[in-house]
Amino acid sequence: MTTSQSESATREAAAALTGVETTARSIEEAAVEPASGITGAQSLVRSLEAIGVDVVFGIPGGAILPLYDPLFDSKVRHVLVRHEQGAGHAATGYAQATGRVGVCMATSGPGATNLVTPLADAYMDSVPMVAITGQVPSGSIGTDAFQEADIRGITMPITKHNFLVTDAADIPQRIAEAFHLAATGRPGPVLVDVPKDVLQATTDFAWPPRMDLPGYRPTTRPHGKQVREAAALIAGASRPVLYVGGGVLKAGATAELAELAALTGAPVVTTLMARGAFPDSSPQHLGMPGMHGTVAAVTALQKSDVLVALGARFDDRVTGQLSTFAPDALVVHADIDPAEIGKNRKADVPIVGDAKETIAQLVTALRAEHEAGRTPDLADWWAQLDDWRNRYPLGYDEPEDGALSPQYVIERLGAIAGPDAIYTSGVGQHQMWAAQFIKYEKPGTWLNSGGLGTMGYAVPAAMGAKQGMPGTTVWAIDGDGCFQMTNQELATCAIEGIPIKVAVINNGNLGMVRQWQTLFYEGRYSNTKLHAQNADGTPKPVRIPDFVTLAEALGCVGLRCESKDDVDAVIEKAMAITDAPVVIDFVVGSDAQVWPMVAAGASNDDILAARDVRPVFGEGQV
Amino acid sequence: MPRHTLSVLVENKSGVLARVSALFSRRAFNIESLAVGPTENPGLSRMTIVVDADASPLEQITKQLNKLVEVIKIVELESGAAVQRELLLVKVRAPMAERTQVLQTAELFRARVIDVNPETVTLEATGTPDKLQALLAVLAPLGIKEMAQSGTVALGRGPRSMSGTGTLRPVERTA
Repeated sequence: MTTSQSESATREAAAALTGVETTARSIEEAAVEPASGITGAQSLVRSLEAIGVDVVFGIPGGAILPLYDPLFDSKVRHVLVRHEQGAGHAATGYAQATGRVGVCMATSGPGATNLVTPLADAYMDSVPMVAITGQVPSGSIGTDAFQEADIRGITMPITKHNFLVTDAADIPQRIAEAFHLAATGRPGPVLVDVPKDVLQATTDFAWPPRMDLPGYRPTTRPHGKQVREAAALIAGASRPVLYVGGGVLKAGATAELAELAALTGAPVVTTLMARGAFPDSSPQHLGMPGMHGTVAAVTALQKSDVLVALGARFDDRVTGQLSTFAPDALVVHADIDPAEIGKNRKADVPIVGDAKETIAQLVTALRAEHEAGRTPDLADWWAQLDDWRNRYPLGYDEPEDGALSPQYVIERLGAIAGPDAIYTSGVGQHQMWAAQFIKYEKPGTWLNSGGLGTMGYAVPAAMGAKQGMPGTTVWAIDGDGCFQMTNQELATCAIEGIPIKVAVINNGNLGMVRQWQTLFYEGRYSNTKLHAQNADGTPKPVRIPDFVTLAEALGCVGLRCESKDDVDAVIEKAMAITDAPVVIDFVVGSDAQVWPMVAAGASNDDILAARDVRPVFGEGQV
Repeated sequence: MPRHTLSVLVENKSGVLARVSALFSRRAFNIESLAVGPTENPGLSRMTIVVDADASPLEQITKQLNKLVEVIKIVELESGAAVQRELLLVKVRAPMAERTQVLQTAELFRARVIDVNPETVTLEATGTPDKLQALLAVLAPLGIKEMAQSGTVALGRGPRSMSGTGTLRPVERTA
């Protein structure tokens, strides 16, 4: 393949990712005057401007200081965060909400290592992100210099790619390549490490640079024969399921998915990363599969005869015990990353391609099948699915001790803020309830840390999402454990004018771990109580921290809600405040649990609808 | 587990070897041998990687390797369709009384004597891993003082090449 062919292929790859700002295109569109005799730092800022970056999240420090000087005069907005982890998750939140590449910046050493968690997070969830780090001067690299860390070596396994820039003349090219790599193919984080002397060196700037990535050729166009085989399989299925993953959102393929769903009439399940890819209001939607998925979604996958995986990766949280997952299913696996296909589950019909193009072609091929008279009758399958759905709907019990129910809070929040709001979450019980009890109708409205499971994601991700979508209400649904990891970014929000809303689901515990201790460790609550306690383990009547006064200290409005009767009013009060960040401390019971549940490593056949409630699937019916 | 030889063309840039070797350890694969060197194209290096793996894990590691941005192309060189060589330097105890035996062995295996002193002889031998193993087995009773052995380097037989026209078929990028 010649360079120009490879460039045009990657440009097509970029174009296929609707909504994602494609570097190749924007480079060509950007008209930037060449310059000579400027510094590497100026060249880097001009490169960011040329690409169309509107905001970066970061913190300056010694090695990256030269970059912050030209940034001071740039039209690129810099949001000064309080911790580099916040910068990284903000970039992720921005990217997830807008579909554009998120950008964060940090200095060398500890600044860079603080980005490790968000980079790993973005890598696991395939989020397009570029991290720019300062590095100690070239001559000091390898000498254990002050604030030196080999961030390129450290981040090799958690980035899609990374660069150490050794010559200021290379800066525009490296930046262009970083954005191109981040946004195209399977998106992911790319780190660019720039030594201080390279930022200070004198150089010339010209745009667009020539990209040189001979080994990077993402396959975006699916193989026609494979697509037709898949269509034939779907047309002949009696128990098909569309298993939709985050790739459908990344590819901006929700319209195509809606068409495919309508054409097949098949049930749809959306994974934790794909909530919002298909409207929850659709009767074809069975909800989320997996460890805490709905009984109908989990069981539909288990009993399916044709499983159509679209931009999904058969994660262990979805499959449960792999050897007993969907035992009778023939698998169509469509993904842009060939390494995902066959990684966990053998694919009977593998399709490598961009989800948007793949699904569109599947629709065409399936129409041909239907016109040839091969239209499946799914009436029996739907009768079975509806039976499961009706018998085992999502639900929860009100706490017996009269405490506020966390599920109720989240359900009301979703109902009041509605499907136009963006919801972010941390990791744990509140995350699962937010995935279960909020009704998602639109892409880009549910942002969470699915793969890495990063506690503390919610607040900085909400900050990034709100920065990218200022006209949209953004709610961070957080646990009190998660909130205490990253709430310092509320000061950033207050000062920078980013009015997010935070619902702290405060049960005084690391709730999900506590749930496992209840279920699997005989209620021995080793180190999961976050609240102050007496010697006998009973809670002390003191709030540490007091989230209302903490919120106020961080420049936010602090509200508290402890009873069911006040829930709607306090949410509405928070909705009415648009000029400052708001934090609501929802003091909820500590014993609520997430159900349904498939225990870790167990078979999906052993799903429990609620504690000790094993669904009856009507053996022999399917 | 069957043995496979992967010939991997990579960009000649710093850090590529670290990326490739880290990938093997991260994905829990063991490298049997690894040889890296220049190619006819100064911008490219060739890594010859020998692994013990079943077909399905091998496919997975190949796909993961292909995802590395600096990896240009991967070809599996099947033993019948490729020439494979390793280089061995071995220092053998060779007092005058036993020296003839060492030299005869060297001749049998077409090994060259490259260093001599009153106590030892150092031999240079190239060949397939099997041939070098056989040589070592014969020399072992005489007393091997020290040895150094390279990883396998290999090229496909016939007129085709990995980078030129009429290229060897790459290991499938798509499933």
